[in-house]
Amino acid sequence: MLNARDILETITMIQDEHLDVRTITMGISLLDCCHSDVDTMCARVYDKITRYAKNLVSTGEQIEKEFGIPIINKRISVTPAAMILASCDDKDAVKLAKTLEKAAVACGVNFLGGFSALVQKGFGPGDRELIEAIPEALSVTDHICSSVNIGSTKTGINMDAVAMMGHVVRKSAELTADRDCIGPAKLVVFCNAPEDNPFMAGAFHGAGEPDCVINVGVSGPGVVRAALAKAGDCDLTEVADIIKKTAFKITRMGQLVASEASRRLGVPFGIVDLSLAPTPAIGDSVAHILEEMGLEACGCHGTTAALALLNDAVKKGGVMASSHVGGLSGAFIPVTEDAGMIDAARNGALTLNKLEAMTAVCSVGLDMINIPGDTPAEVISAIIADEAAIGMVNSKTTAVRVIPAIGKGVGEELSFGGLLGSGPVMPLSTYSPAKFISRGGRIPAPMQSLKN
Amino acid sequence: MRAVITVIGKDMVGILAKISTECCNHNINVLEVTQSILQDMFAMIMMVDISKSDIPFTEFSDMLGKIGSDMGLSIHAMHEDIFNAMHTI
Repeated sequence: MLNARDILETITMIQDEHLDVRTITMGISLLDCCHSDVDTMCARVYDKITRYAKNLVSTGEQIEKEFGIPIINKRISVTPAAMILASCDDKDAVKLAKTLEKAAVACGVNFLGGFSALVQKGFGPGDRELIEAIPEALSVTDHICSSVNIGSTKTGINMDAVAMMGHVVRKSAELTADRDCIGPAKLVVFCNAPEDNPFMAGAFHGAGEPDCVINVGVSGPGVVRAALAKAGDCDLTEVADIIKKTAFKITRMGQLVASEASRRLGVPFGIVDLSLAPTPAIGDSVAHILEEMGLEACGCHGTTAALALLNDAVKKGGVMASSHVGGLSGAFIPVTEDAGMIDAARNGALTLNKLEAMTAVCSVGLDMINIPGDTPAEVISAIIADEAAIGMVNSKTTAVRVIPAIGKGVGEELSFGGLLGSGPVMPLSTYSPAKFISRGGRIPAPMQSLKN
Repeated sequence: MRAVITVIGKDMVGILAKISTECCNHNINVLEVTQSILQDMFAMIMMVDISKSDIPFTEFSDMLGKIGSDMGLSIHAMHEDIFNAMHTI
């Protein structure tokens, strides 16, 4: 028999501490939609997505009601669009983006990810066309998310792609300048991109995945913070223990929702992504967990160590709670999506340099950071290269999602609304990496032994 | 199939009667009831069997939610599995 304390604990987590399932993401392979005629291919893409995902939202809502657990987002990820675009004679990537948008709207999902290209070693057919079309595609659609993988531990970093992405990020911002530059908020540049990530904007359905799959991303920074607050003064061994136990409970809930969704939709279960994903809501912040551990403000000295502890404990707790774990799995530190990070950035406690160090010990990377509107493309490329190098050398996923605030400078704000949040423009180094970036070529893959 | 109904709020006359009447109206059998006072708040937990219920569980859960907001209480009806998943290995 369940005991009353456990039941009330769950209710408190959901009601007061923002416990939720962040996303149920249906991965759909589009490889069988290839056709030399772009219109025929688009028709196949629309048909397949709407056929597979027609019950996704209603099933999610039903599970939400029956189990009493909020499921915030229902999303779709698809095969990297560049792969199917490769089959067309006329590689009209914007047409494909519009088709994906139409399918996303028809299914009622809030984002569709996979307008992507994997170019870590070089450009294949369709890759360049897709990457060049990203700014326009993001400006004419609302639900499409894009990602480009430019490096990996096994292949090194494709610096030609890095140079290209600096321009793409900048142009995406310019084309959406009238909408607070929302374009690049839907664009992630990855190193070591996971193929089963359910979180946006970086979700895509990898080539090694089955035809259709259900992946679930959990959340719950508020729950972890509340558990630490209840524990009061204890040493860090105990802090790690409390985080592990809490992550276990959160993940069990995610696993339950994942298996239930998979059963009801008749689609195989893929993975649970053990991530602490914050939202801009008060009480749902990863920064506040770090501050609860004893930091005066997120970004002060000690932040990297605290985050390393948190990230590791979340994984240790979560991994036993789920039959299959994957995706990004770790703590997210998106600046504009986290109330505590926004405050820390506003009052100057959190700087870009500290964020870069933090990305070496947690999942993802420089995420949702507003940068000055006059930042040249090569500086954005250099930020991407730095971050990719951290991921490549440490055999982990890193990513860059920065938003050039066109027409704005340091201290001014961009506001995207919803889960994407808002935040101040943060300063960058003003010295130029232009020559380094213009060299192009590839940074060779790193040694996997002699580790120091 | 079993569900857990929780009622949290200020204690008042007729809470148990009201909820159990709703259960009875929809052929939902009450298996167990516990109640306690936690930090001045009344907390009642009911385990019910919903397998013979004459309405979909989501509708029943919405109805209880509405009764709760009318009475100034927080009432949740949730599938038993969520608690089992979170609190047992």
